[in-house]
Amino acid sequence: MNKIMAYRRADGSVGIRNYVLVIPVDDISNAAAEGVSKLIQGTLAVPHAYGRLQFGDDLELFFKTMIGTGSNPNVAAAIVIGIEPNWTNKIAEGIAKTGKPVEAFYVEKNGDLKTIEKASRAAIGLVEYATSLKREEVNIEELTISIKCGESDTTSGLASNRVVGRFVEQFVKIGGTVIFGETSELTGAEHIVANRFKRKEDKDKFLKMFNEYQEVIKNYGMDLLGSQPTQGNIAGGLSTIEEKALGNIQKIGNLEIDGALDFAEKPRGKGLYFMNTSSAAAEAVTLFAAAGAVLHLFPTGQGNVIGNPIIPVIKITANPITSSRMSEHIDLDVSGLLQLEKTLDDYAQLLWKKVWETANGKWVKAEILGHKEFVLTKLYRSA
Amino acid sequence: MSYDFLVHKNGDSVGVAVKDLKPGENARGRCLTENVEYPVKILDEIPLGHKIALKDIKENEIVIEYGEGIGIATKDICKGEHVHVHNLRSARWGDQT
Repeated sequence: MNKIMAYRRADGSVGIRNYVLVIPVDDISNAAAEGVSKLIQGTLAVPHAYGRLQFGDDLELFFKTMIGTGSNPNVAAAIVIGIEPNWTNKIAEGIAKTGKPVEAFYVEKNGDLKTIEKASRAAIGLVEYATSLKREEVNIEELTISIKCGESDTTSGLASNRVVGRFVEQFVKIGGTVIFGETSELTGAEHIVANRFKRKEDKDKFLKMFNEYQEVIKNYGMDLLGSQPTQGNIAGGLSTIEEKALGNIQKIGNLEIDGALDFAEKPRGKGLYFMNTSSAAAEAVTLFAAAGAVLHLFPTGQGNVIGNPIIPVIKITANPITSSRMSEHIDLDVSGLLQLEKTLDDYAQLLWKKVWETANGKWVKAEILGHKEFVLTKLYRSA
Repeated sequence: MSYDFLVHKNGDSVGVAVKDLKPGENARGRCLTENVEYPVKILDEIPLGHKIALKDIKENEIVIEYGEGIGIATKDICKGEHVHVHNLRSARWGDQT
């Protein structure tokens, strides 16, 4: 199961889905973008809440995330719609560097209806283009996979995160690329993560990101007790942030880490990378996808239901109650590991099979249920 | 033959219930990394996923799981008792003193 049928893009990257994405630049262009996706089958709009009056690092991250999303290998072609030409063209030109077809439209001086008509006519050609593309055989390790858990409980640290960790060890060993994050949720295990970096500059970069976030929390005159662990975590038996963090890092197995990335920054090569992210599921997965992840592994204890518009999110749980009560969300049940029914390698093999099937085109539960959470990370208030 | 709780690392002061446990039960646990078993008489209701003290823990003692500190005991805890937010706090956050 090391060969998959996937889409080879013009820039050499490999995608496992084939979207014609309609990207609104700003909140007020959501209506036009959604207008196009309603008219033209085979297109997908990604509405969001921002894109106006952002500035500085926050604006830079906005552009990075929007360009990264359109550049993701799961996207075959993109339409960018904004209120005005300047920022719209910046995003469209950023995406066009990947070599995929991109068209830009502006609402100002046109109005929604004329914009929708023009963009829809362009979208017809892009859907014809995308649907003519064929999957071809590629090595599975060409994929970039992201990992993040949510609504964790102690079954995550005992089983589901460990299954992901064993999978990640095997995937990185054959040359795959994996991204993890969740800066605040490493509190109590940050010393372990810090000592896994291969290069000192990455270790220092990680510690800087980690400490900066601890400072942000302190500057608000508080700690995260009450939100970390979450009420769901506590109900599931997790008592402290340290315990949650130690469970969390089971997902990276015993691997060394190849680099520390800023928000939405692309990995510079193969291997395992840490990315500075929020621990909120949709924000983190949106950043991973913007950095090129084409598939996400999401272990959950109490049952987080997150999905993403452009990358399949595979849900793995070891909590037998979650697995039975929320079966429509769970792609892989590893609760047998709590009774040591089979070995960790056996369960990692089941996950490998699930990844392989998903990469070949089989939909995951979050796709079937229509979960498309696209959430931008905001660094501070807009002007 | 099934296990009632699992222990991340031999030497941890807590284990994690993998089924709902009742007071008075003689529970059987196993270490994830070594072939070591732990018999513990359960003193509280301990739901699946919640922690059990594997030894007597003194107030202010660091509680160990995964071979690492996960927080500080806020009262004396007996072997077999439920260990959670009522008797364990973070050593990192929540210390207002």
